[in-house]
Amino acid sequence: MPLEDLVAAAGLAGVILYGVLGGADFGGGIWDLFAGGPRRDEQRAAIARAMGPVWEANHVWLIFVIVLLFTAFPAAFAALSVGLFGLFHLVLLGVSLRGAAFVFRGPQVAHRGAGRWGTVFGVASVITPVLLGMAVGAVSAGSLRVHEGHVQVAGVVPPWLAPVSLAIGGLALTLCAYLAAVYLTVESQGELRDDFRRRALFAGTAVVGLAALALPLLKLETPHLWHGLLGLRAAPVLVAGVASALLSGWALLRRRFRLARAAAIVQVSLLLSGWGLAQYPYLIYPDMTLQDAAAPDPTLRFVVYSLPIGLGLLVPSLWLLFRVFKRVES
Amino acid sequence: MDVLSAARAQMALTLGFHMVLAASGIAMPLLMLMAEGLWLRTGRPHYRYLARQWAKATGLLFALGAVSGTALSFELGLLWPRLMAFAGSIVGPAFALEGFAFFVEAIFLGLYLYGWERLSPLAHWLVGIPVALSGLASGVLVCAVNAWMQAPVGFELDGSGRLTNIDPLATFRSPFWLPIAIHSSLSCYIAVGFAAAGVYATGMLRGRQDAYHRSGLTIAMTLATVTALLQLVSGDFSARMAARYQPAKLAAAEALFDTQAGAPLVVGGIPDGDSGEVRFGIEIPRGLSLLAAHDPDASVKGLNDFPPDQRPNVLTTHLAFQVMVGCGFTLIALGLWFWWARLRGSEHRWLLRALVAGAPLGFIALEAGWVVTELGRQPWTVYGLMRTADAVTPVADVPGSLLLFTALYLGLGVVLVVLLLRLAHGRKVKEEG
Repeated sequence: MPLEDLVAAAGLAGVILYGVLGGADFGGGIWDLFAGGPRRDEQRAAIARAMGPVWEANHVWLIFVIVLLFTAFPAAFAALSVGLFGLFHLVLLGVSLRGAAFVFRGPQVAHRGAGRWGTVFGVASVITPVLLGMAVGAVSAGSLRVHEGHVQVAGVVPPWLAPVSLAIGGLALTLCAYLAAVYLTVESQGELRDDFRRRALFAGTAVVGLAALALPLLKLETPHLWHGLLGLRAAPVLVAGVASALLSGWALLRRRFRLARAAAIVQVSLLLSGWGLAQYPYLIYPDMTLQDAAAPDPTLRFVVYSLPIGLGLLVPSLWLLFRVFKRVES
Repeated sequence: MDVLSAARAQMALTLGFHMVLAASGIAMPLLMLMAEGLWLRTGRPHYRYLARQWAKATGLLFALGAVSGTALSFELGLLWPRLMAFAGSIVGPAFALEGFAFFVEAIFLGLYLYGWERLSPLAHWLVGIPVALSGLASGVLVCAVNAWMQAPVGFELDGSGRLTNIDPLATFRSPFWLPIAIHSSLSCYIAVGFAAAGVYATGMLRGRQDAYHRSGLTIAMTLATVTALLQLVSGDFSARMAARYQPAKLAAAEALFDTQAGAPLVVGGIPDGDSGEVRFGIEIPRGLSLLAAHDPDASVKGLNDFPPDQRPNVLTTHLAFQVMVGCGFTLIALGLWFWWARLRGSEHRWLLRALVAGAPLGFIALEAGWVVTELGRQPWTVYGLMRTADAVTPVADVPGSLLLFTALYLGLGVVLVVLLLRLAHGRKVKEEG
């Protein structure tokens, strides 16, 4: 396997971990905003309890992906930074407001303005995953063109506002909401658990509906991506992903919450992997492949060698974190 | 506003904001550990309360540091895409290692902040140790990137001006890494130590002479004084490194225009880059030669020896340098005064007032020091290799994003300060049992 493919696989793994962990934290914010019914405050407290100790560690996966991108594929990082200048600034606004609002209204400082920060937290949690999904759409849709290292944007509409981008943004939003609600069913009891179960079923239905709407759009607007997704490389993975999605939904209906959580994690991981495989070997379709953008070999080798060492430090630490805070007391 | 000025302003704003939070992320955990360690040893509850209050402040500051750090990692590309395309593969490894250290800090801080009830007292103290260590490590590692931009090594240039034959650990071979890492780490402890001391001095001036306030003051001043004294040695080391590798920066910082043997040290004063004169400065004969080379007769290169388009802005660099050094010496004096008074067993109200007044000086020195480092490197972004003007983004919207980030950071900064003040003076402290 060429070095750049190995590093790209690590990057995709980072995207998946950010999706599965950080995505659920965005989902937590979404359900905080849409908390309602007789147990509104309990829902919010459960979300804050679930996120509090882990959201910062989960957030670092985003930084991991960005650092990996500019270390191993500097030309792509530069091109994306120019082509998605506006989108990335909005992402940063969302990320900053989400994180700041979460601690501003958190238990560290109980105060009167907390309610307003709760709203900021919720709104930023809704907008940011949509924007991140749009970024994913933009690198796949072919609307961001690069010629000799220079980004060219065709037309007045920014490349990330293409319909395919919007659809992927919507999918990202519903997937985050789904993940969070499913995780919360495991981390809550009784009627509260039923609240989150209903929300998970609702979000799951929305995922299916949006995916059904997005597929014809992909076929019409981005035939290359459509063929990639249906190709021999990606299709089996995507089929397995859809099967996991169905399993997760079935488990929710049957109240087998831990199974639903496991299947939801597998589902999102496989869907993102399928996207990565369909996209391969392009980083920015159609002008920049992994090979075009790759850093010189010594840097790639450094990344490949340092990853196991870094993970050797991270994995036991993360295990401890999740063991202390996510062990189910039942 | 042109794109280059706006991009530089946005970078300065984000870095300047992040610097305060990063310094807190490095130094606050050590304060928490000291207080909690004293609690474990003595069992006196006010130490535990101190650790808990410091942990709350750390939680706030670290969260904002995490998001402003994210902003910085994106902005490297958003504002300086050509720098990242040019040098990403050589500075990336240091960022990657910093990323691991920061990750470890985030994980263990989660355990520390939320683990008071879930972990045994000793285990809780122990999970605080990786927080303090990885905080320090991430600062030290990321300084390698800056060091490399100051004195780039570990590559060859090919015919089209691209870096080849890259050493992935090049940033750690830059001669500036050690001096910058030490100077910057110490400045974080100094800034946070004196700022924390100011909080407890304020409380004591308001009549709260309890064990909580006295211990808070003592722990903070222990850290602050030790690091301030060490900073003297580190500052001397840094100045000599600048003389050797970045003479233009030293000349600008010291407002030296003509190359001369036995160069004087100019204290204060307003240098004029056009006329090459310094007004209102006090000259200490041979001082600069002594400082830069440890030899009163050594020759020191002046700004006039550099082509005009390779000189940093002498006025800003010199003033920032004066501010940094002035704050540094004031803080050393404050530290010595405190311990002298402590040994004599009395804390005069004037001492407490001075500590309150001195509370922001460490952070001012920290920011001023980075102004010297960064402005003194101009017009280069990578010294001698790439000019800042050649690194900037072609996107025309930077003034807009600058406006957005100014509003964002102004808002977040104000809220943060209000919440921290409330945390500091929120409620009367129960006396120890």
